[in-house]
Amino acid sequence: MSALAAMLARDLRVAVRVGGGALIGVLFFLVVVTLTPLALGPDLALLQRIGPAILWLAALLANLLALDRLFAADHEDGSLDLIMTGRAPLELVVAVKGLAQWLTTGLPLVIATPPIGLFLNLDAKAEGALVLTLLVGTPGLTFIGLIGAALAVTLRRGGLLLAVLVLPLTVPVLIFGVAAANAAVMGPVPFGTPFTILCAFTLASIVVGPFAAAAALRQEME
Amino acid sequence: MRLCASDLGCRRGGRTVFEGISFAVEAGEALTIRGRNGAGKSSLLRLIVGLVRVGGGRLALEGGDPELSLSEQAHYLGHQDALKPSLSVGENLRFWSEYLGGLSSNAGEALTTVGLAALADFPAAYLSAGQRRRLSIARLLAVKRPIWLLDEPTSTLDTTAQEQLGGLMRAHLAGGGLILAATHSALGIDGAKELRLGEPQ
Repeated sequence: MSALAAMLARDLRVAVRVGGGALIGVLFFLVVVTLTPLALGPDLALLQRIGPAILWLAALLANLLALDRLFAADHEDGSLDLIMTGRAPLELVVAVKGLAQWLTTGLPLVIATPPIGLFLNLDAKAEGALVLTLLVGTPGLTFIGLIGAALAVTLRRGGLLLAVLVLPLTVPVLIFGVAAANAAVMGPVPFGTPFTILCAFTLASIVVGPFAAAAALRQEME
Repeated sequence: MRLCASDLGCRRGGRTVFEGISFAVEAGEALTIRGRNGAGKSSLLRLIVGLVRVGGGRLALEGGDPELSLSEQAHYLGHQDALKPSLSVGENLRFWSEYLGGLSSNAGEALTTVGLAALADFPAAYLSAGQRRRLSIARLLAVKRPIWLLDEPTSTLDTTAQEQLGGLMRAHLAGGGLILAATHSALGIDGAKELRLGEPQ
């Protein structure tokens, strides 16, 4: 257990120090959402209608930004070799790295959503629904992303490949995340229906992601 | 404790790196692995620690802890130092000693042994190549594991540090440990066995 705690503490430290990627994702998120009303013009009704979709798209892309360094950085400095010789099961280590990744890239997005939602003319009810869907959906994005990050670990400039691999898998999360947020604002579908499916996707990805990523890492290290 | 390999083979990227390698190392013994560049010295060490698949033959550890796999009882010191530049020297070492199953309290003592205690709060980014290597060696001391697999351990070390490493290796052997080292230079261990790769045996 202490091995996993040590891994979590180390990944969090590396992410928040110089050269870590903790704030890159949230900055990107803020930039995209801020630019949207500038591009679309001051049509408040339009902004309110497409606001949840813009926020979700920005969160999806921001999440992708930091993923390619997740295992590649450990591979380049030799840490991954030693991680494999540890006594903790690789699946759990991968899951802990996913958790650290979500805490440093996913959670800041959720926290940044209420203030940035004002740019898109979202009312309190819509913001509440959005924060809830992002809180539940972003772990799903991160844990699906683990698989792509593990597959692209030995490739130089694996970032683009990662996007191609990961984005199709995240489509259900995007669809049901936006559907749930829209349902809370406009109806007629009850909020609970798409939201429950979103929860199911996230739970499934938390189970499947670490196993698939660990298997991919074992294969790549040959 | 005894590590023995018989008729061991290794294939990487569709090419046979080596085949038919046999050796046996007892507790308290060292084996130096020699051979020209590309003969498969690093591959052999990575194969023993489980980072490369065994391509043929048999590798077995007799008399080790039955609860643990071979790679969990071995330290692997590779070409890369596995250090995070943004963490301090002490943080790097404490992380590895906790992760690899040692006590973080051993880390301070290990830093003193390799002569880096004064730099404990210094970011690892500013270490020289030799200091980075000494920090990696401190990992072997902070976590007790009976088998040491060393890949070119003396590269980048100055003469004093090389002698010190020799002393650490002799102490490890005297304590019943095993050492397998791939090297081109002398290691300062008397009576080490030798395995030559890339030549007919």
